[in-house]
Amino acid sequence: MTLYYTQKLLYSLNRDPSVQAHFATDLPGLLSGFDLTDEERSAFLTRDVGLLYVLGVNGQLLMHYAALIGLAWDDYLEAMREGLRRHGPVRAGIYAMSAATP
Amino acid sequence: MTMVFAGALSHAPGITGRAERADPGLKDAFRGHLGALRRALLESRPEALVVIAAEHFANFFMNNMPAFAMGMAPYYEGPIEDERWLAIRRTRIPGAPRLSRLLIEGLLGEIDLAYCEEWKFDHGIMVPLHFLTPDFQLPVIPVNINCQGPPLTPLARAWTFGEALRRALDALPERVAVVATGGLSHWPCTPESGKINVAFDREFLERWSRNDRAALLSYTDAQTYREAGQGGFEIRTFISLAAASGGSGHVWFYEPIPIYAVGCTVAVMEVQSRPQGSLNEARAAN
Repeated sequence: MTLYYTQKLLYSLNRDPSVQAHFATDLPGLLSGFDLTDEERSAFLTRDVGLLYVLGVNGQLLMHYAALIGLAWDDYLEAMREGLRRHGPVRAGIYAMSAATP
Repeated sequence: MTMVFAGALSHAPGITGRAERADPGLKDAFRGHLGALRRALLESRPEALVVIAAEHFANFFMNNMPAFAMGMAPYYEGPIEDERWLAIRRTRIPGAPRLSRLLIEGLLGEIDLAYCEEWKFDHGIMVPLHFLTPDFQLPVIPVNINCQGPPLTPLARAWTFGEALRRALDALPERVAVVATGGLSHWPCTPESGKINVAFDREFLERWSRNDRAALLSYTDAQTYREAGQGGFEIRTFISLAAASGGSGHVWFYEPIPIYAVGCTVAVMEVQSRPQGSLNEARAAN
């Protein structure tokens, strides 16, 4: 479970122009600096916003990433729905909380 | 009495970024009330504005997440988001470092809060400032309560923070306004974006308006998540304001606007001149 580092990458990307430049010019190199699973790495490499959502990324990080890669608002919402259809329910993170005890 | 104003408002990025996609009548009514809130704030002649916010991983992340943080910087910058996406131009906002430091020193006796000499504002503060101080001239002191990354700041601690903030403000001669900003029920930036639980929101605002501490603190996070989504965790900001002001709240505007992904709220709270905490402190001092 390396959701922490998946989100850390997005946190860094959202706030740091030098990380954005690294993202644009050398995505594999950027990814190598974070402790990610193959699935997490592939979600970035294929720009699969829906998979990132299913892996548990908080929307407050994900929506800015979606904007960064050029997804319009409605397309961002649809990408998450598509992720649920293709990859199943959210596996971790805050949105897996619905099963929590009261 | 140096807390001169207490207000509360929504901050969802859609309010500016997707402004024109709302029903025009609702949008104009909401903005009309935001304008009234700006005028009321200015009429209180504040020297600085404390914004109790629930930021969204712009500065605070799970590597080192404070339950409470307060800015102590000479200036701040925002928005961190793309300017076109949020439809707010990036700018520099003046801080109030001397006042910040005095408040932090006062608060640290009661609250273990982080202080920040650098802080990039996200929509959670920029959208309120865009409407309340559109020229970005009024010095701002940002406060953050962890409403985003569990384990979250407990509601009872948000209340305690509000009381402590009030005591710290009362110890200063400066006139300071305080606004809280957060969503009530909402499911922002998820496939359920646009869902709003109006019944939850109205019930919360009733409890808040009568400043009912027990009722405000009775929500569990599991209940809030179930009924109000993860965005509902931001009720902490409203709860801190209720504790700080000690008076009754007045909701000027509440309407669900789904394309803004939140029940849009504009409210004020009466600032009670001698809140319980100050009374106790005065007695202890005697």
